Amino acid sequence: MYKILRKKELVPNIYQMDIEAKRVAKSALPGQFVIVKVDERGERVPLTICDYDREEGSVSIVFQTLGASTQKLAEKEAGEEIRDFVGPLGNPSEVVTEDAEKLIDHRIVFIAGGVGTAPVYPQVKMLKDKGIKVDVIIGTKSRHTLILEEQFREVAENLYICTDDGSYGYHGLVTDQLKELLDAGEKNYDLCVAIGPMIMMKFVARLTKEYQLKTIVSLNPIMVDGTGMCGACRVTVGNEVKFACVDGPEFDGHLIHFDEAMRRQSMYKSQEGKKTIEKEQKDVHKDSGFCSLGEIAHDEK
Amino acid sequence: MMKNRVPVREQKPEERVKNFKEVSFGYNQEEALREAERCLQCRNPRCVGACPVAINIPRFIQELKDGRIDKARDTIGEASNLPAVCGRVCPQEEQCEGKCIVGIKGEPVNIGKLERFVADWAMETGYKNTEKAPANGHKVAVVGSGPAGLTCAGDLAKLGYEVTIFEALHEPGGVLVYGIPEFRLPKETIVKEEIRLLKDLGVTIETNVIVGRTVTIESLFEEEGFEAVFIGSGAGLPMFMGIPGENANGVMSANEYLTRANLMKAFQEGYDTPISHGKHVAVVGAGNVAMDAARTAARLGAKASIVYRRSEKEIPARAEEVHHAIEEGIEMNLLTNPKEILVDERGFVKGMVCVKMELGEPDASGRRRPMEIEGSEFTMPCDSVIMSLGTSPNPLISSTTKGIETNRRGCILVKEESGATSLEGVFAGGDAVTGSATVILAMSAGKTAAKGIHEYLMGKEK
Repeated sequence: MYKILRKKELVPNIYQMDIEAKRVAKSALPGQFVIVKVDERGERVPLTICDYDREEGSVSIVFQTLGASTQKLAEKEAGEEIRDFVGPLGNPSEVVTEDAEKLIDHRIVFIAGGVGTAPVYPQVKMLKDKGIKVDVIIGTKSRHTLILEEQFREVAENLYICTDDGSYGYHGLVTDQLKELLDAGEKNYDLCVAIGPMIMMKFVARLTKEYQLKTIVSLNPIMVDGTGMCGACRVTVGNEVKFACVDGPEFDGHLIHFDEAMRRQSMYKSQEGKKTIEKEQKDVHKDSGFCSLGEIAHDEK
Repeated sequence: MMKNRVPVREQKPEERVKNFKEVSFGYNQEEALREAERCLQCRNPRCVGACPVAINIPRFIQELKDGRIDKARDTIGEASNLPAVCGRVCPQEEQCEGKCIVGIKGEPVNIGKLERFVADWAMETGYKNTEKAPANGHKVAVVGSGPAGLTCAGDLAKLGYEVTIFEALHEPGGVLVYGIPEFRLPKETIVKEEIRLLKDLGVTIETNVIVGRTVTIESLFEEEGFEAVFIGSGAGLPMFMGIPGENANGVMSANEYLTRANLMKAFQEGYDTPISHGKHVAVVGAGNVAMDAARTAARLGAKASIVYRRSEKEIPARAEEVHHAIEEGIEMNLLTNPKEILVDERGFVKGMVCVKMELGEPDASGRRRPMEIEGSEFTMPCDSVIMSLGTSPNPLISSTTKGIETNRRGCILVKEESGATSLEGVFAGGDAVTGSATVILAMSAGKTAAKGIHEYLMGKEK
């Protein structure tokens, strides 16, 4: 059992939890992930490691409530325990673990989308500590869904915030903002790192390919064990089939077969949705939780 | 002397295909005693030589006949740490029973079911397995809690070692919990109980620890004070065919399908993990794992078909499993090989193009080589495909452990007599060494390594 040390709702439906997991905290590096199983009957859910404190022996995760399992996790409070917390899994981020001297002249841009913003923060912070300047573009629905803005202000060389509804910062998508920066010609980036929804990473990679800007993406396919024994997370990279859990999760964005990856990611969408709805309906007698049904219907599309 | 063995009661095929309960009920005491009477108590028992862990079979059968079932359990326990498992999943026809003298003129003594009866009886009556040497102060780490690791840990604990098993998944048991289905090997009543008996010996099991990521072999020695390590991490890396359409939705490895069903209990109401409910599931391969996947699919309501490129004679699965599968309505497409998986506009499987095969000359392995019959392509309609082509060792440990030698298939190289690897103090056994094999061979390798570790550490002490 793993104790939840702290829990914070960053914005509605996005939570940060610091979990006591000494062994994971000791060996975790940026870019890696953990698998969380909330209780006896829970499923194994992969979540990116957002930060870790080796002294305290804790690991931070940030997640959005999308399906039944993240909802179950969100219902847990500080002081309570989750049944399984395993990691670190996958390979550490290459940019962050790279020799600082090699990167010192590099201009790097990070693109962060939605809940993917959280794992970007410690990476940018680590690079800044090494003296490497990094620009960050954050994409989010509106000003009410934006997370970690203040923290990013402190560590990013330039911070660009894009909202879908224009309620804050740049009105538009991260790709529009990136294109403007690239076209302006002032930003001669050597490397782009994109972490966020698969669809965002796909369009970032498509754009940067035109500009021949090397792009790393962090994939988030369906996983079961996370240790390479099932192949549920397989993706096509170039002409090869790779297992994201052991060969990734980071890959060259220009080589990923994104349409296949997105299709595979939706494999269990309807089943997950159905299960959640069944559960919600059972719970209706306790409290009328109809508002979240709308979200699931939206998710299923 | 009865020529035929006492029959074993089973769930009827038409009933059991609707549930995940164990197919075979096993013997009751009266049946077990009758079957035990058939043993001739050979002076030079051929069955013992054919058992990979050399259980004293005539002795335990005699003790059973004498009504001293607890003694029979002790006798089995001297050689085996998992009798309730082995009585169920060993390919006895190739091992003990295959050599039984009674089998020459009639049916061999049903040694597997007698072992199972003794083990189950002992569990039900609260048997305790605590006979062990006093603590010797030495610490040994075991990587992986499958049959090899559990056996090695059990034997070392009996010798007085302080043993910790590190398991990557959230439940111990390895293939016994994620691979072999409930209807062949019940998890709560059998696997958990056998593991509890090992814990009674003082073995500690730490789940959610991935050696190679969470900790390394090096850190186990340098930071955690272990003096020897046994690697029993198995062969869990699934193989795919590399044919077009293989990444379609609905194509998965048998490992994924069985892990969802068995470990995550996706078949059971109230568990969160989803599983694909295909209407027609094609399983490629004909090993035990393929039979398990097809029979699981049938229980989830699908029409299930085995697709195998060789003929009936070459089927690698246990005879009993093939027999059970056919009884349950699994369709056998032999001498058939997939060429391509057809995908609909949503990216889901809609069928599989197969070709008929014929057997040519024997190849290097002595098996006749399957060859395509030109122009025999046909399309098999199906909405799920499960690839059960075998597995190879996961490179996670070998790639993070400096100085450990592997062969080109990624199998760890060991000295046969001791299980010692190229790295001092590190031993290995089971599928991590041989590639995918059987439960009992993994157990036998675990035993050999426990002996090897004991000799190594006692030698060091002198």
